[in-house]
Amino acid sequence: MDLSKASFWGYKRENGRVGVRNHVLILPVDDLSNAAAQAVANNIKGAMALPHPYGRLQFGADLDLHFRTLIGAGSNPNVAAVVVICIEDGWAKKVADGIRATGKPVTGFGIEQHGDHDTILRASKVAKEYVQWASELRRAEQPLKELWVSTKCGESDTTSGCGANPTVGNAFDKMYPRGVTMVFGETTELTGGEHLVAARCRNEEVRKKFQFVFDRYQQVIDRHKTSDLMDSQPTKGNIEGGLTTIEEKALGNIQKIGRKCVVDGVLDKAETPTGPGLWFMDSSSAAAEMVTLCAAAGFTVHLFPTGQGNVIGNPILPVIKLSANPRTVRTMSEHIDVDVSGLLRKELSPDQAGDKLLECMFRTANGRLTAAEALGHREFVLTRLYESA
Amino acid sequence: MIHFVVHEEGDGVGVVVVEGVKAGQELNGWIMEDDKEVRVTAKSDIPIGHKLALKDYKPGDTVIKYGVDIGKVVAPIARGEHTHIQNLKTKRW
Repeated sequence: MDLSKASFWGYKRENGRVGVRNHVLILPVDDLSNAAAQAVANNIKGAMALPHPYGRLQFGADLDLHFRTLIGAGSNPNVAAVVVICIEDGWAKKVADGIRATGKPVTGFGIEQHGDHDTILRASKVAKEYVQWASELRRAEQPLKELWVSTKCGESDTTSGCGANPTVGNAFDKMYPRGVTMVFGETTELTGGEHLVAARCRNEEVRKKFQFVFDRYQQVIDRHKTSDLMDSQPTKGNIEGGLTTIEEKALGNIQKIGRKCVVDGVLDKAETPTGPGLWFMDSSSAAAEMVTLCAAAGFTVHLFPTGQGNVIGNPILPVIKLSANPRTVRTMSEHIDVDVSGLLRKELSPDQAGDKLLECMFRTANGRLTAAEALGHREFVLTRLYESA
Repeated sequence: MIHFVVHEEGDGVGVVVVEGVKAGQELNGWIMEDDKEVRVTAKSDIPIGHKLALKDYKPGDTVIKYGVDIGKVVAPIARGEHTHIQNLKTKRW
């Protein structure tokens, strides 16, 4: 596929970024505000609440990450406008102000001294205005480079490494020269192949930063492990699918970054990249955590290869799932957007598989709902760094 | 018909890509990187996605896949035998 003149239809936001969805979010800052946020989303059709279990008594880097993730989620260009609800006024304002820096409409509400009823009433009135305003926004044609593409694989098996992941790699190799902003992560799932990623880093500075975050995560594993992690890495699903060791899983995982892309920089969790190219984000390998961090970093479409059949979606980021496992494609067809099982029968070349994925990516960017969106998968999972105070 | 795929020449294991492979079955393999063929007789029933050995291994040997070390052999493996957690372990963690 020649991508030199490729374009898609997206929503140009106030800050110049381009989204492929037009969500109005009702964003709770903490667990206590979930009920009010969900009540508002229930009142106002077209508004979406993002309930989650955290936000109280966090501190330090863990609290910073909490705010960065929520502000990032609200700031994502797939979001048109946001209503923020928090038990306390101060943090409602902090998150709303962070999102307001993008120029999009946002209002924060504190529940204390008002109660749920009054908060729900006031927030619903604002949400209704936002939904009606957003419904009149129109898509416009945008060059491919305005798309930010993330990737993470899940419920991987051996077919991931020889089919679905190299398909993402092929698509990444084609998009990289076109100035697309792309990201991969899953720090511990590079174990056994970290030298291959290090060798792909742009320069010594990037390489050192990558090695630093990789080594740091290995120390976390060493400090907390009680076994060889055979219950978690590879997961039971991975093992059921034929993956035996973390090294084998990692080498399959790394196929997602193709053969030509260079690793241009290293991001902290939920950190927004500062330019085009391929970025590595230091992140958990848990699917919903990683995809949520990508959404918070500003990515607008996600490529998710699976072997055994992960069913993940995300409320903000359309998650396109592909699989090369013929059994998964047959038994879980409602979850799979792109079937690349022909790769393993020699019926599809890697180049054709990459094009098939890109074609689905453009259709998704233009507005076609993914399987996960149609099925209502909205996994919004915040990463925690340590215990609350 | 392709029964299993091998990433590259020199890899010591292949991945079964069809359902229902039985012990004694003659299997056709495709070495993807080099577009070559290899034939192996299955020594075990092997589920789809699981690996078979392309050579004989003894404990302590290293298994290569993608041209890279994926772990150490902990029980003898014969060519054509199911290679998984019962005979292959990580060298990390």
